[in-house]
Amino acid sequence: MFEPVLTKYVNEPNGYTLDFYVQHGGYQAMKTALGLTPDAIIDSVKKSGLRGRGGAGFPTGLKWSFVPKDNPKPKYLCINADESEPGTFKDHVLLERNPHLLFEGCVIACRAIGAKTCYIYIRGEFYHLQKQLEAELVKARAAGYVGTNILGSGEDCDIWVHRGAGAYEAGEETALIESLEGKRAQPRLKPPFPAVVGLYGCPTVVNNVETICNVPVIIEKGAEWFASIGPEKNTGPKLFCVSGHVKKPGVYEAPMDTTLRQLIYDYAGGIRGDRQLKAVIPGGSSTPVLLPDKLDTHLSFDGMVAAGSMLGSAAVIVMDETTSMVWVAKNLIHFYKHESCGKCTPCREGVDWLYKILDKIERGDGEPRDVDLLLSVCENIGGKTLCPFGDAEIAPVLSTIQHFRAEYETYIRTGQSPVQSDFRAAEPVGAH
Amino acid sequence: MSFHPQMPYGEGWHKSDRFIPEEGPAFAFTPEHRAQLEELCTHYPPERRKSAIISALYMVQAQQGHITGNAMRHVAEVIGCSTADVEDVVTYYVMFFTKPVGTYVLQVCRTLSCALNGAEKVTAELCRHLHVKPNETTADGMFTVMEFECLGACDRAPVIMVNNEHWHECQQPGDVPALVEGLRTKGLAALSGCHLVKERT
Repeated sequence: MFEPVLTKYVNEPNGYTLDFYVQHGGYQAMKTALGLTPDAIIDSVKKSGLRGRGGAGFPTGLKWSFVPKDNPKPKYLCINADESEPGTFKDHVLLERNPHLLFEGCVIACRAIGAKTCYIYIRGEFYHLQKQLEAELVKARAAGYVGTNILGSGEDCDIWVHRGAGAYEAGEETALIESLEGKRAQPRLKPPFPAVVGLYGCPTVVNNVETICNVPVIIEKGAEWFASIGPEKNTGPKLFCVSGHVKKPGVYEAPMDTTLRQLIYDYAGGIRGDRQLKAVIPGGSSTPVLLPDKLDTHLSFDGMVAAGSMLGSAAVIVMDETTSMVWVAKNLIHFYKHESCGKCTPCREGVDWLYKILDKIERGDGEPRDVDLLLSVCENIGGKTLCPFGDAEIAPVLSTIQHFRAEYETYIRTGQSPVQSDFRAAEPVGAH
Repeated sequence: MSFHPQMPYGEGWHKSDRFIPEEGPAFAFTPEHRAQLEELCTHYPPERRKSAIISALYMVQAQQGHITGNAMRHVAEVIGCSTADVEDVVTYYVMFFTKPVGTYVLQVCRTLSCALNGAEKVTAELCRHLHVKPNETTADGMFTVMEFECLGACDRAPVIMVNNEHWHECQQPGDVPALVEGLRTKGLAALSGCHLVKERT
């Protein structure tokens, strides 16, 4: 099995402390980077092939190179720690067990883009992580790794943790910036892109926690080493989150030529109760559901697109044969209905109708035309919104209908689910 | 005209109900909270104090449990923005309570991974045991049960967050009475905390 890089010490009792980190070679990459020009750092990250780990898979070095050098305004780095995509908990592990790797990455990235200030935007629900991050930041600052004149190099980089208050949409980069400015987390019209007009109207780069944690590794071990891991254009170590009906749910680090089958059966121990696998969501709730026939596909950005889905945030949700796909769609649409920021009409109103129709089917009042009606509503949402939320919310509906249309039709005809689930309540309360 | 041509113009689709906050008693930050807020404002450029609104609102909740009209006006004054700006934020984020809540707010994750592991049963069991519906508070003011969307710890499902800050993992439906009893007698110490955090102690 792959030797972990980012999560090597996550099970060490003191692995999160500054002392442990420094004793195990921490902050060495930063020392190297302080001697490199910003262009050399960007070049190295470009050569490594690192792609953003937040969901879109955009090349990180390229994103950094969009920051204009001649702009006199201050520049900012924002770390997206608003990990909210259902099924995702990889950043949780890094924030909790390897905070100094993140800080080190922040300092290097700030040097690359010419920023002096970095905000770590952490979701409100991660208060327990925020307290620890702040405590470790104090230590890093006292030791001279963060703050003004870092290790006597003349380089300044201040890192602050900013707590959100419960909004999935804050994970979209322009919505994150809005939220950081003290407003509703709603996306902005692009262009201009944040690299030119971002936080406080200044050039800004927004990167995911895992993306930034890869940066010190690239500087330390070299771009060639990084590029040699995994398939072409899908390089470097990757964290996969496995949850749902598996024996050993958790975060597993592996290269992106790992297949879905290896991840589910070798890493996560297989399906709980040795039941049959029914469907897999490979990259968080916003990515289309896959059937077991795609189990031998590489879990890479390009491999998942070829299989008809997306790698997204690499959040693999496993569902066994007792799962009703109509209920899955309804559960996720409830999530999107709750989280839609309300800015774009197709998303806000459309998701409400999707929920109403799915709820009607689930109550046993569905009509034969409802499946096509769902598809028609989806068609009016996809590609018609400012941010990818619209495309995300239709993925569970479209893909469950694509693969399980017969199940929808049986449900509508008989008025009850053709599948019985022992994990559901006999009489659910609230909006289940 | 409805949103979709095949969809009848039905009841209850109109969502523009305006939020009108309760005025509440007079409100001012304690000197400690005020000092803490001023320190937080130094993290942002001097003309960008608005960035600290969310933190200020958390302090309101720490002080009086929920957010009221008077508290929003005070926050606006301290931050230097309009009350509408504050109201805008309060009504958007789910972790701000605009009505009184119990001593322990039990926020049960309901999204897919937790639901696949029995979260529905946990919520149903909590509601049955405490004789409340979701979003209601028990008569003694001890517990509020809420359903929350994905909390981001799907490997330790079902997860419950308590009072926006505390973590409780792998809650089995059958152990709900024990959790409630534990909170009554031992307080927050009854919670499991974050498992990885637990490992290192």
